[in-house]
Amino acid sequence: MARELLEGNRAMAEAAVRAGVQAYFGYPITPQTELLEWMSKRMPELGRAFLQAESEVAAINMIYGAACTGVRVMSSSSSPGVSLMMEGISYIAGTELPVVLIDVMRGGPGLGNIAPSQGDYNQIVHGGGHGDYFPIVLAPSSVQEAIDFTVMAFDLAEKYRALTFVLADGNIGQMMEPAELPPMQPVDRPIPDWAVRGAKGRERRILSSIYIRPEDEEVTNLRLLERAGKIKENEVRYKEYFLDDAEIVVVGFGTAGRVAFSAVRAARAQGIRVGLLRPITLSPFPSEAVAELAAHAQAMLVVEMNSGQMLDDVLRPVAGQIPVEFYGRLGGVVPFQDEVLTEIERIAHHPPTIEFDPREKWIRRMKEILN
Amino acid sequence: MMDVPAQVVYSRPESLTSTPTTYCPGCTHGIAHRLVAEVLDEMELRENTIGVAPVGCSVFAYNFFNCDFVEAAHGRAPAMATGIKRVLPDRVVFAYQGDGDLASIGMAEIMHASGRGENITVIFINNAIYGMTGGQMAPTTLPGQKTTSSPDGRDVEQAGYPLRMVEALATMQGTGYAVRRSLHDPKNIRLAKKALRMAFEVQTRGLGFAIVELLSSCPTNWGLTPKESLKFIEERMIPVFPLGDFKVHPALEGLRV
Repeated sequence: MARELLEGNRAMAEAAVRAGVQAYFGYPITPQTELLEWMSKRMPELGRAFLQAESEVAAINMIYGAACTGVRVMSSSSSPGVSLMMEGISYIAGTELPVVLIDVMRGGPGLGNIAPSQGDYNQIVHGGGHGDYFPIVLAPSSVQEAIDFTVMAFDLAEKYRALTFVLADGNIGQMMEPAELPPMQPVDRPIPDWAVRGAKGRERRILSSIYIRPEDEEVTNLRLLERAGKIKENEVRYKEYFLDDAEIVVVGFGTAGRVAFSAVRAARAQGIRVGLLRPITLSPFPSEAVAELAAHAQAMLVVEMNSGQMLDDVLRPVAGQIPVEFYGRLGGVVPFQDEVLTEIERIAHHPPTIEFDPREKWIRRMKEILN
Repeated sequence: MMDVPAQVVYSRPESLTSTPTTYCPGCTHGIAHRLVAEVLDEMELRENTIGVAPVGCSVFAYNFFNCDFVEAAHGRAPAMATGIKRVLPDRVVFAYQGDGDLASIGMAEIMHASGRGENITVIFINNAIYGMTGGQMAPTTLPGQKTTSSPDGRDVEQAGYPLRMVEALATMQGTGYAVRRSLHDPKNIRLAKKALRMAFEVQTRGLGFAIVELLSSCPTNWGLTPKESLKFIEERMIPVFPLGDFKVHPALEGLRV
């Protein structure tokens, strides 16, 4: 396949089509609507199920039903819409169904705005729906990764009977850049032996998230937890840049990670020994890689487009070994490379100490920046 | 005494499991289940059918039906049924919902499933109360009816009026069949079964969305005996929820079941 100039939303939609998605249900919301629009044309022409649902609530429950038939299914939305899906997300997790969901994050809380944000990190990575469940979460930082991770999401969802998110942001969804689409996969995949398709010549099957006896629900919860452990063993993914001799380690995912990469390169040009860790799986989080880096580096800088939601996941494995600083932009503001470079320079020239809360320090600096 | 050869005249339909239901004594859910199961047997649909259970008293319906089943979130059964039917259009998909599930929290899903002409069958159990949570006011609670959340009786000035769902759904172009029946006596039970048969015929013939509302009893939460409850349906519910055919697809004309 040749590289083409592709927009993120449409590229993710086409990637899902080529990964063999058999049903897509969604609802329009900026900045992911192009994905739904692409599906509205592509799915029917391939004889696959597409429906514009009456709401995200309905969309996720249509997905819930379609997933019960054992075929590849997907929905997509953006932050406020994903909030509406949370009930269904919890049911899907509780029923242990392989479902792929794409969240193209925008500024919040509330109606917020339609600019790129990473404000859904906690909602997606640490739950958001009720109960104990552990989705797989993949964070692309380019259109190519958005394509690749969409395909990978289907494979991981199927492998673990797990809910898998592609957590993108408005930048990834809206921007165009050269990327290569995967080949078309056949859709006649084997149907799993738990699927509900009519009890022809076999015992009936039931798919449900209800375990009325607490003891049974506890067993289910433990099974989900064990599965999450297995996923953590096998599927942690991240990218490392210039980390071999890095004294300062920048950690950032998605668009923030991509901006941070440019800043790291600029700082390297100045002779600052800085590198970047860009988590690809936000869940399972690359905690061991962070701990390993913390054992050798002198300081860390976490860059996000939120108030430091991933910061807490970095602080845990760092465990006070070295100072961790934070730089975030909020509410739909994307940091410029220069802002991150300034932070790297500050840390290089004035090494921070551990005793201050990184978030409080950042808020003080933010006030200076904004004034 | 003459020797009469033994003949089975009544037995459990194949579409029902042998699991005893968990419904209260005098509740008509059990009758509704049996009627649906008899229709599935008669039409030989059991192995080709997927049921969608609601949240409410019939949350465990999947334990009692001997066919593939899924369990929906509260009110979302029509959306879940849609997802299944769109992937497997040659299967028979039915949703079984109560009044809180269908007419309150699931209002959007039921209206849009009907509006799309979703080719599914919905069995709507209207007993004018929330049974599972212990007798609160439902969207179909009668004016003046006492419940645990309308202790002085439903005050229509404050809590509004009961919703007539099949009348509303009959106005939708996508609806092929919308009728109301009652389970309060043998004659009406027979009529209810015919309506259920029609509702599944609508689906197998691809005539759109089909719904059968069944007026049902809830002795436990109404605070009445089973017998009084049946009288309550006849005397109190039917005047508010008149029985009848509100929409029947013209292609069904002349079909005798």
